[in-house]
Amino acid sequence: MIRAGGLKNADGSSYIEFGDNKILVGVYGPRDVHPKHMSRTDTGILRVRYHMEPFSVGERKNPAPSRREIEISKVIKEALLPAVILEKFPRTAVDVFIEVLQADGGTRCAALAAASVALADAGIPMRDMVAACASGKAADTIILDVNNEEDQAGQADMPIGYMPNLEKITLLQLDGILSPEEFKKCVETGIKGCKIVYELQKKALADKYFQNGRDR
Amino acid sequence: MTASIIDDLKRSQILELLEQGKRIDGRSFDESRKLIVEIDAIPKANGSARVRLGDTEAVCGVKIQPDRPFPDMGDKGIFICTAELLPLSHPSVETGPPGPDVIELARVVDRGIRESHMVDVSQLVIEKDKSVVGVFADIVVVDYDGNLLDACSYAATAAVLNSKMPKWEIKDDVPTLVEGAESDLPTTTIPVSITMAKIGNHIVVDPNSDEWDAMDCRITITTDSSGNIIALQKGGSDGFTIDEIIKCGDLSIKQGAQIRETLKQAAKGS
Repeated sequence: MIRAGGLKNADGSSYIEFGDNKILVGVYGPRDVHPKHMSRTDTGILRVRYHMEPFSVGERKNPAPSRREIEISKVIKEALLPAVILEKFPRTAVDVFIEVLQADGGTRCAALAAASVALADAGIPMRDMVAACASGKAADTIILDVNNEEDQAGQADMPIGYMPNLEKITLLQLDGILSPEEFKKCVETGIKGCKIVYELQKKALADKYFQNGRDR
Repeated sequence: MTASIIDDLKRSQILELLEQGKRIDGRSFDESRKLIVEIDAIPKANGSARVRLGDTEAVCGVKIQPDRPFPDMGDKGIFICTAELLPLSHPSVETGPPGPDVIELARVVDRGIRESHMVDVSQLVIEKDKSVVGVFADIVVVDYDGNLLDACSYAATAAVLNSKMPKWEIKDDVPTLVEGAESDLPTTTIPVSITMAKIGNHIVVDPNSDEWDAMDCRITITTDSSGNIIALQKGGSDGFTIDEIIKCGDLSIKQGAQIRETLKQAAKGS
């Protein structure tokens, strides 16, 4: 379930429930850049913070950003960059704040999908929305949407971010062991999943911006 | 790094050359730079390697010592790999806590080696749930010319391959070193990462620093000795098509096999 909007102060926002994942995204901008030296004269910049609440996982998580969160912030930023058109807003920043309220495996995909919706909700010009889904391998079978249990016990986990209209993969990671054939199948399966998520993203926006959520 | 007019000019020059089928340093698209591996560069470490990939240089030292196991992993030893970019490697590197780029570097290198199960951690138990062997592979980058991911990965792999593990026994509840009982660190496979950059519509293997600054995006693919794909990391501000990803997968297996031979030869030579 993805919902567009929901936060009063943010320029754009979204909320996603994906399995037991519950993630809130707020977008601010384009706005002035602080610190100033980060601003660029030829384009706007995108900043992404992915953060997990201390209560989002089994054992309490230290609230300070971990190395894992810093890496995920970076890969999500680089997954969104091909989609957003920031050249029109030089010297500004678009800030994406992702807060994971509850985590159940595959948070980076759910977060990426929700962030795309929030950016669209904020009215940031985009080439396409980035859909995201994880494929993987468990019990020697290629599967879609790996949850936490399957991730821990599974043989491979491959998060994919994909722009269906532009047919571009913008996020791709893997850990696990895949033969070259399984690798191809895994990418194809993940992209199928992304296309399903894409429909949910469009529906979230249609529900907010069209009466009765009709035609998009 | 911030874009300047010089960067724009360099990018258009690199792109122009690629259109003619040439790379800025004369390599072919699927050619890695010369890889020099020096084994046992640091005798005080339990294993070490100094690796030069073109003009990118990394040193890895492996330290092996008794440690407590992770709470839910009492029957497994510990393998941890870190990477650091030293201020002497490039004028733009400053001291202080690592930025996102360096954190990503360390995590991707660690993931490649860990997910391959190269180090057989099940053989690193001194006493179940109480005491295990910890293997720490620490990498420092000492000279920068792009593609740190692969240089660090090769340094760590070469160092781990050549590590000697001391032996400990429990005496009076503490692990005690048994003199003269060193053995090879148990390893199962040799992971090799291959990083490819996409510049325009071209894909080049092992980008140097000029290509690194000019690229649209990159992908790092790690393969193991059986030709399986075990880790992926896409980076940079553009995307790949499915066909490009599949092509990169094939390239990484082919190129990885060559690098694996070089690492094996270096190990034998020690």
